[in-house]
Order: sequence, then structure tokens, then C-alpha cells
Amino acid sequence: MADKEMDQGKRRFLVAATSVAGGVATGAVAVPLVTSMLPSERAKAAGAPVEVDISKLAPGEQMTVEWRGKPVWIVRRTKEMLETVTKGDDKVADPDSKKLMQPAYAKNEFRSIKPDYLVVVGICTHLGCSPVGKFNVGPEAFDANWQGGFYCPCHGSLFDLAGRVYKNKPAPDNLVIPPYKYLSDTRLLIGDDSKGA
Amino acid sequence: MAASQKQPVTGAGPFNGILTWVDQRLPLMQLWREHLSEYYAPKNFNFWYYFGSLAMVVLVLQIVTGIFLTMHYKPDAALAFASVEYIMRDVPGGWLIRYMHSTGASAFFVVVYLHMLRGLMYGSYQKPRELIWIFGMVIYLCLMAEAFFGYLLPWGQMSFWGAQVIINLFDALPLIGPDLSLWIRGDYVVSDATLNRFFAFHVIAIPLVLVGLVAAHIMALHEVGSNNPDGVEIKANKDPQTGHPVDGIPFHPYYTVKDALGVVVFAIVFSTILFFMPEFGGYFLEYNNFIPADPLKTPSHIAPVWYFTPYYSILRAATDDFMWALAVGVIAFVALIVLTATNKTLKMGAVAAGAVTLVAFFAIEAKVWGVLLMGAATLIFFILPWLDQSPVKSIRYKGVLFRTALTIFIIDFIVLGYFGTQPVTTAGTLISQIATLVYFAFFALMPWYSKMDKTRPEPQRVTL
Repeated sequence: MADKEMDQGKRRFLVAATSVAGGVATGAVAVPLVTSMLPSERAKAAGAPVEVDISKLAPGEQMTVEWRGKPVWIVRRTKEMLETVTKGDDKVADPDSKKLMQPAYAKNEFRSIKPDYLVVVGICTHLGCSPVGKFNVGPEAFDANWQGGFYCPCHGSLFDLAGRVYKNKPAPDNLVIPPYKYLSDTRLLIGDDSKGA
Repeated sequence: MAASQKQPVTGAGPFNGILTWVDQRLPLMQLWREHLSEYYAPKNFNFWYYFGSLAMVVLVLQIVTGIFLTMHYKPDAALAFASVEYIMRDVPGGWLIRYMHSTGASAFFVVVYLHMLRGLMYGSYQKPRELIWIFGMVIYLCLMAEAFFGYLLPWGQMSFWGAQVIINLFDALPLIGPDLSLWIRGDYVVSDATLNRFFAFHVIAIPLVLVGLVAAHIMALHEVGSNNPDGVEIKANKDPQTGHPVDGIPFHPYYTVKDALGVVVFAIVFSTILFFMPEFGGYFLEYNNFIPADPLKTPSHIAPVWYFTPYYSILRAATDDFMWALAVGVIAFVALIVLTATNKTLKMGAVAAGAVTLVAFFAIEAKVWGVLLMGAATLIFFILPWLDQSPVKSIRYKGVLFRTALTIFIIDFIVLGYFGTQPVTTAGTLISQIATLVYFAFFALMPWYSKMDKTRPEPQRVTL
């Protein structure tokens, strides 16, 4: 062996083969580490539907409930508020809610089952801040001709009183309408819209 | 074997014996000579050369104070906020350690930004120091990650909503976005799982990487030697007798003494802020962060800590209308390449890349572009060594074009930073959008203006 020429080709092959085998083994060890960072079974199990009593909500008022760790707003809209939605079609990016940001039964002018109650996830579709309700009509720093709606303090996105996003704002989509149903006239179930039950 | 051949250590008085014993078993004296007593640094270092050593001092400060904070802090969504208040009120001297750590975070970015500006002014990124610059930029990115992870730990309102926004940045990326952000959070919302893993990143993962990168940064620096305010290579002019650069002086004792003075002055400024205004008017510790995290309510005005605000402005600048301005910018840039480049492949590549970018501008929503622009704004620094076509390094010998460009860039960075701290207004958005274009123009146009610039010849020797 010693006086023979060294076989460079064989040596390179062995180095490459060892490196590949070692790389695969290292990669395989990384899999359980990386997957351990995915949501745990406990996190997945959380998020049961929430029942809400809306009998005390006065016209023009808003309440917030927590569902899956997120704020869900319920706004009881007055006639005037609903009129601003009808009139504001040209200001918003997706007036007919073409993009699926709501269940089929909320794909209508006011994005709700009953026009006067808006149920919407209060998380901006831009980067996940929670917008603030600015229901008074009048000039605001962010819009001189404000018709009432929601203002996101993080990046200035504006939404009307149906959660539709204004044109030319950072947020690309309308606010998400969660699945929900009426258990009675004054009781809502958020997070579950199955028939029966 | 080697042990018997080494010279005994001298000059350490009563420690000569023990040092000789160690040196025969470890390359102690060799390290000492290579990096301190016989590392020849240019003798014309000025004020701007304090910030590298200060950054190391702050790194040590952050690690040491951090260790003591972990002794009392609880990385649990139910306990975190209260444990920080416990450190502030009940732990003996806890307030001091916590404020050292929080003020140290801002101090870190102050010295690092000044350190980077020094590099920009004196061309310290130019050949042969590209790799030093790249290591430095990776350190900067790690530092931003470290600051971001750390800011979640007090579990205040700004902690929570800041993390919510930044993690959702990843959500905007096409295809992998939603899964990636879910993986980062470990939950469908920012929650206990997120806090717990951010703690792990903040106290062990990133600091380990950071220390390794600092070592690489310094090793690369000591391989090629330090740049200086004149931008001349001192190694090109060595004393034939000693073999040492004639314009160099040993780092120790000359610069260890100089840097020690820097540390003293820094400590005075740092202590003044630490003891008299640790929150620095809401810029170092935001007032909203003294309210516990509430997932249902975003504070009425949220902004990141000051060192992130230039990039935050760029993020907010991307609206649908702004994409038109960007498109015009891209077309002008491609036209410039086509008109001036001599290389055919480069021309074709520029046109193709420009066309793809233009289509993508309108095919992908503006939100994604905000995120991509923000990422590009931090990553573009990496290619700086290849953008600068100037034959000289230092701003002292560069011409009026480069000086003007750098001045505008510094002002632009500050303007972006200022508007990033402010609530959204129409005028503010417009100014941020203009400033965003200027920011990218500084880099994109550099190959042209740095080449056209009328430079003056560099001197043979450093000037004092």
C-alpha cells in the first residue's frame, strides 16, 4: 500500500460520501427540534366557541369578547351608521366583499347576519394590531372627511363600519368575520355556525 | 517537545513562572503578541475609533446584567410582567441591574450606529475589508434579533403588540408566510409559548452566535489590519529594519490606554442617563410597556423602540400609490444601467430583472412589499463594498458627490427614524415615502456617483 500512488479519486469520493451521510444525519436530528416549535396539542385544543349575551348592548355601542385569544367586536349599528356603509362603497377597496374574508352568510352589504349587529375579528389584516373604533363622524388627523369606522393605530389602515378596508392603505383585506350564529335574539355563539346543536 | 523550545515569559515580575508554565501548554504569549502588544494599528485613529471597543464593553455589560436578571425573571405569560416589577421593587439593587440592561440595549445601538457610520465615512468596508464589514452586518442583524426577542420579555403592552406586528411581517410572505409565523409563535396568537421561546433565543441562542461573530469580526480585522481616517494601507510601508509598519503603533499600550479613556467618558454619559432618565422620555423604555400585555387592546399609538424606527417608516411607506413611485424608480434605474453599462449580459439581465420586478409590484399586494422593502433596507448594506467604485477609501479624499450623498443619507436616516416614532399622518407618510426612495437611491446610484466623483490623491503616509 505504502509505495502505491494515492488514489485521489477514491479519497474524494469517500470524503464526499462521509459528508453527505453526516449532513443527512444532522438534518434528520434537526427535524424533531424544528417541529417542537410548532403549536402544541394543548394550543391546538384551545379555542372553543364563545357564547355572548348582547341584550345590554345599546345602539351605537361596541363590545369586545375574546375568542381564540383574539378580540371579537360586536357593534350594534344605528340606521345612520348603516347609511355611511351604503354611501361609502367608492371609498373602500373591496365593497362587495368578493375576497373570502367572511362566511357565505355574511357576504352581503353590511357583512353580517342581521344588519344592525356587526360581528368581526378586531385584528387588522395588515400586521395584526387591533384597530380602534372611531364612530363619530367628523374630521380626524388621518382623514379630513371621516365617516366613522375603525382606525388602526399601528400603520394607519382605515375600515368602515362593516369592517371594509379603505383604498390605498397598508391593510390589503377587509376585517375577518368569524363563523357565528344566533342562539336566540340576544345570544350569540362565536366560533361555531353549524346548524342544529 | 515544543514546551522546551519556548522562551520563558519575562516582564511579568512574580508571575513570570506561572505564565511560563501556562505558555508552554497554551499559545498564550502568541495570542497576546498577535492581538495586542504586536498588533500594529495606524497611529492616526481619531474620535470615531472609540466605538468598536465601546461596543464590546456594552456587549459584556449586557451579558453580565442579563445573567443576573435571569435569576429573578420568570418567562411565563402569567408571571413575567409581575416578575419584572418584582425585580424593580423588591430585589436588592434589581432596579439598577434592570435599568443597566435596558439602557445598555439603547447604548448598544448608539455605539453600533456610530461604528457603522465610521465605516461609511472612511471606506472601511472597501477591499480588502469586505469580510470584516459582512461579519459586522451579521452582528448588526443578530443585535436587532436580540433586541426584538428581549423586548417581549417584560410582557407589557408594547412588548406584546410589537411582537405581534413583527411576527406578522413573516405572515405577509407569499406561500410560506402563514405557516412560518405560526411556527415562530408556536401558537395562533402571541402567547405563553411565544414568550418562552423568545426567552430561550434571547438568553442563549443569539448571545452565543453574537460572541462567535464578534470573534470572527476581530480575527478578520487583525488579519488585514485596521483602516484609518486617511484610508491608506499602513502595511504597504514597513520599516526595513524592524519589519513593522512605520505608521503603526502597537495596540497595547497605545490604544488600550486610549480606549480606556473612551470607556471612562462613555461610563459618565451612560451613568447620567441610567440614574437620571433611564426611560429617556419614552424612547428607551416606552410608557405603554408599564401596562401589562392585553391581547384585546392595541395601545392607541404603537411604535418600536427608536433604533428600529427608520425601518418601521419604510414598512409603513408601502401603500398602493407608493408602488407607482417605486415603479418609476425601477424603470429609471434600469434605464441608467442600459445607458451606461458596456456589458451586454448585464444590460439584458437588468431589463429582465426590472420587468419581473414591475410585474411583481402590481401582482403582489403592497403589504408584502412593505415587508420586502424593510428587509432590503437592512440587507442592502451587505453589498456596499461592491457598490462603492471610488479609487480612494476615506471621505477626506473623496469628492463632493460622495460627501453630499453621505450627508443626505445620514439626514434621511434620521428623518425616517423620527417619522417612525410618530403616529400616521398624511404628511408624515408622504415624507417617509420620499425618504424611502432617497434611502435606496443612496445605494442604487452609488456605483455611478462614486465613479464620477472627483477624488483627490491619497497621501503616502497617514496624516495627524
